[in-house]
Amino acid sequence: MHDDNSMMHTRSAGILLLLITSAALAAAEAPDFDRAVRPILATSCISCHGAEKQKGSLRLDVKRLALAGGTSGIEIRPGDSAGSYLMARLRGQGDEPRMPNKGDPLTAAQIATIATWIDAGAHWPDDPAGTDVARTRHWSYVPPRQVPLPAVHRQDWVRTPIDAFVLARLEQEGIAPSPEADRQTLIRRASLDLIGLPPSTEEVAAFIADQLPGAYDRLVDRLLASPHYGERWARLWLDLARYADTDGFEFDSPRTMWPYRDWVIRALNADMPFDRFTIDQLAGDLIPDATTESRIATGFHRNTMKNSEGGVDPEEARWETLLDRTNTTAEVWLGSTFGCAQCHNHKYDPITQHDYYALLAFFDHSDEVAVPTGATTTPADGKTHALASLGLAEKATGQAETNLRIRGAYVSKGELVTAATPAFLPPLPAGVAVNRLALARWLVSPVNPLTARVTVNRIWEAYFSKGLVETSDDFGSQGTSPSHPELLDWLAVAFSHEWSLKRLHRLIVTSATYRQSSLVEHAVSERDPYNRLLARSSRFRLEAELLRDNALSISGLLSPAVGGPSVFPLGPSEIGRVNTNKENMTWTVSAGPDAHRRGLYTFWRRTSPYPTFATFDAPSREVCTLRRPRTNTPLQALSGLNDPAFWEAAQAFGRRMALAPGQQPADHLAYGYRLCVAHEPSRATLGRLEQAFAADCAAFAGDAARTRSVCGARDASPEAAAYIMIANVLLNLDETMTRE
Amino acid sequence: MPTDDPSPHQTLSRRQLLATGTRSLGALSLMSLVGAHLVGGDAPAVRTDPLAPKAPHFPARAKRVIYLFMGGAPSQLDLFDYKPKLNELNSQPCPESLIKGERFAFIKGVPKLLGSPHTFARHGQSGMWVSELLPHTAKVVDQLAFVRSLKTDHFNHGPAQIFMNSGHQIVGRPSMGSWVTYGLGSVSDSLPGFVVLLSGDTDPGAGNACWTSGFLPTSYQGVPLRTKGDPVLCVSNPEGVDADTRRRSLDTLRALNDEHYQAVGDADILSRIEAYEMANRMQRSVPELADLSSEPASIHALYGSEPGKPGFASNCLMARRLIERGARFVQLHHRGWDHHGESAAKDIVTGLGKLCRETDQASAALITDLRGRGLLDDTLVIWGGEFGRTPMNEARNGSTFLGRDHHPRAFTMWLAGGGIKPGVIHGETDDVGYNIVADPVHVHDLHATILNCLGLDHTRLTFRFQGRDYRLTDVHGEVVRPLLA
Repeated sequence: MHDDNSMMHTRSAGILLLLITSAALAAAEAPDFDRAVRPILATSCISCHGAEKQKGSLRLDVKRLALAGGTSGIEIRPGDSAGSYLMARLRGQGDEPRMPNKGDPLTAAQIATIATWIDAGAHWPDDPAGTDVARTRHWSYVPPRQVPLPAVHRQDWVRTPIDAFVLARLEQEGIAPSPEADRQTLIRRASLDLIGLPPSTEEVAAFIADQLPGAYDRLVDRLLASPHYGERWARLWLDLARYADTDGFEFDSPRTMWPYRDWVIRALNADMPFDRFTIDQLAGDLIPDATTESRIATGFHRNTMKNSEGGVDPEEARWETLLDRTNTTAEVWLGSTFGCAQCHNHKYDPITQHDYYALLAFFDHSDEVAVPTGATTTPADGKTHALASLGLAEKATGQAETNLRIRGAYVSKGELVTAATPAFLPPLPAGVAVNRLALARWLVSPVNPLTARVTVNRIWEAYFSKGLVETSDDFGSQGTSPSHPELLDWLAVAFSHEWSLKRLHRLIVTSATYRQSSLVEHAVSERDPYNRLLARSSRFRLEAELLRDNALSISGLLSPAVGGPSVFPLGPSEIGRVNTNKENMTWTVSAGPDAHRRGLYTFWRRTSPYPTFATFDAPSREVCTLRRPRTNTPLQALSGLNDPAFWEAAQAFGRRMALAPGQQPADHLAYGYRLCVAHEPSRATLGRLEQAFAADCAAFAGDAARTRSVCGARDASPEAAAYIMIANVLLNLDETMTRE
Repeated sequence: MPTDDPSPHQTLSRRQLLATGTRSLGALSLMSLVGAHLVGGDAPAVRTDPLAPKAPHFPARAKRVIYLFMGGAPSQLDLFDYKPKLNELNSQPCPESLIKGERFAFIKGVPKLLGSPHTFARHGQSGMWVSELLPHTAKVVDQLAFVRSLKTDHFNHGPAQIFMNSGHQIVGRPSMGSWVTYGLGSVSDSLPGFVVLLSGDTDPGAGNACWTSGFLPTSYQGVPLRTKGDPVLCVSNPEGVDADTRRRSLDTLRALNDEHYQAVGDADILSRIEAYEMANRMQRSVPELADLSSEPASIHALYGSEPGKPGFASNCLMARRLIERGARFVQLHHRGWDHHGESAAKDIVTGLGKLCRETDQASAALITDLRGRGLLDDTLVIWGGEFGRTPMNEARNGSTFLGRDHHPRAFTMWLAGGGIKPGVIHGETDDVGYNIVADPVHVHDLHATILNCLGLDHTRLTFRFQGRDYRLTDVHGEVVRPLLA
């Protein structure tokens, strides 16, 4: 790729260059205990040497006790790693077995970190007074702070502050970043990432032809301004919000939740600041300037499942929704698994059972209400309907409090607990009314160290397939430590200044880190098999909805309509009976353009999700899903080849290819290939496609019936059928299914 | 991880592979290495996919499972747990001491005790009591181990079914079939490892939550094999695409993907190529599997099945064909056992009789057939619902039809085959069948026992998710040793 030098002069890069200091590389300094050493102890040692168990009378989570040592004597001798018994055990020296006894041995780098830390004096910050729970000093509970950008040798590579952190680490490891991806790859990557749709051939051609300075920045601006941006990023949020169109459980009845889904799309398109985005969803009924819109936003916590089974006790069912709201709030904003603390204090994190019920108490005084939203016009049929969306409203009276449940059992009421933030995090400001609004504001206030980090990390994960904290669902002591802690904190602080998601997206996609090629260099992947160091861009299979959006877009079938009631697209036969035999739930394929809407508008039935999406790892959305797995299975191959949803796309795509300008089949085939992957086919690829096309033509030439079947009886000819077979192949190319 | 492999490095790598669903070139060869060390000749060839066979924790009798799940909860008091005393007390008010502080799904006030309207007799050498509703099962009792002291924590269908299948009442944990397939992989390279077969009435059912892989990779999810249309979703080519055309497409696809791999170097592309080849093998093997007309008439007579007629009998036969072809875990769901007595169709006379006729012959036939083929020794068969039913008549809204409400405190299941001692009767309930009086078996204990039969230690079959090692049995579960062969 011919570099566009002018892009170096973007605003962020300019500021960055001023900020770069000539400080020594971090590696030369003593490891910081909280950042570098405590996470190793937390992951590998404290399950046997912590608050729960103290094997050998040794405890490694409290400074005083750790430095005092255990029955084997002094484990840590500040300034003398060679004389520290801890090091001998970690290295497996002497007669005793190597530590840790259970689990994986420490890596050489981890052992070196601890040794360097001991040699530098084993500086261990004092534990907070009055507690022996040093766990409160876990890195993610300490507020993020921005450190000066690290110095790097290859300053010309750095476009944004992100790159300084990434490059500093790479240079420390002696690894060079990958070259920039070519323009075809860049526009396809940015389009799929920002709006969830592939670029048209015209857009690709225009971007390649744009030799003026700032071409890439203009591309990014265009994509961020697209109404499809909100659709693409709502898709991710809706997994967290466990958005669905049915109740779940046995009866799984339909419910009207789509106005909430559309609210998310609108809020994202308008770049509603994330703090406001949070407050409206958790307490849009309580804010001083509450509107219909903000009340629709409270649908976030009406997405909980509802069991209408005959024998269900209504109070217990309500209690179950409170548990779900509590768990979801903690998972989405605090990146923490509070669920354990429903029954007992968390084993590894400082979350107590009291904390759990104190958080639950914020939700115990909410009523479920219908929010009249006036009338709505369905885009498909133009008809106007009266509409009420589901939301929350606060009960008029009473203090936010609830009874703790002993061992989590609904019937075993324990002490009365007043609503409060978890004790290991700062409290609510003095004097505020203790309600959902106070909680929402607290979550996005500077005193909460987690929300910004967790959110930034989740977005990073969407771009790089792994978060800076790989366990994006667990920022506790059992989660992984950040690969680039200073970068994570830098982004978190920058994000929390204005809470603008679009600015965050722009910052990431304009970075040199993002713009690298994704080619796998064998020598580098040997050393860094999971690309934690980011010496290349990542490549990964498109998620379920995007896979279908991509196929519909390539085939020209996609309806661009934004918002409205959920739709019922074509899918595997007997779709309504695939997983359950519920007769009252038929699946009548939507008429007209609604058959080809984007995936996020597909009717989400919890007990029997749209099979095409379920096959490609979409969750049922019964509960909050923080990370989708990304599997690769034969059932996915069968779906890609034979699923009516993808076959219909292949038929339309085949016709589109056949109608493209050009004299030779090669022209049509190359056009189809470009539609799928944005670049020209190689000579070998084109030759292979021509060969297959000719063979298919010959095979269909002798069989009019099969030809008609493949063409769906429209304009049937052996050539048309052969183009459809090629379209079927092209839609299943690894490259078509992959964001490169 | 389910391996005796001493090298933590290999274990870590495999766990990472499973956790991420991706793999590097280095890891690929590592997987091959691990696969090659498998014992027991289980694997036809070295495989590197997530379903590749894996060694159990310890040698075991059972290699695979057929689970006949009776959704809706059959009445143990009318089938297996014979209570003459309850018959004597028929129509008497239920003693306060039993129901004080109890919560029922539907029963209100003081209900009346309800004896069984069915005749019981002892059968086989074990002398197990079986009701007249199950004449075929009565003939194979000596092959079965009965547990009359099952108990669960939940008394509504949805949560209880999810609990029985995943060890947790809230959706999101992996189902038992997913755990087993994760732990042992699958011998077949052309069929799914965990297959689900559905029959019976519509409700109640917790839907696909019963066979979800939860937080395990989707590769371990139960694949419903359907009796109408494509047996496996999308296994048939679109109309007009014959096998030759499909193969030609796949050859082109393979060539182009391989070219892309040469350029990009990402081993995920190789995995994708292999997934498409496996899909093509499934296209050939599934129709052969699903073609029940190839079975002789004597077999259809044994099961009570007819080619082309969907239902529980066909599903039992299909289950045998699946395990013969290497499937690891086959789960049948036959639904409709929810006999509250609102109507004749929902009572314990007519309604229960119908469900028994739908299932009795084929369940017994499966045992007989597996035994005849020498497959019962290493196949574990399980029969049962999500909870039991009350010794009291529900009489909802004054209904005159006899019916029983949900009862989580005591119910009966049977197990047979690999690892199970035949002819055992385990556990005992009180005179009216309300409470367990000897050898209670909680659902977690059942799960631990099932895994044990397969050579899996329920405390070691773990998967790390959200910072914690999860297991099917959570932090509970004791293997029920008296049931083991």
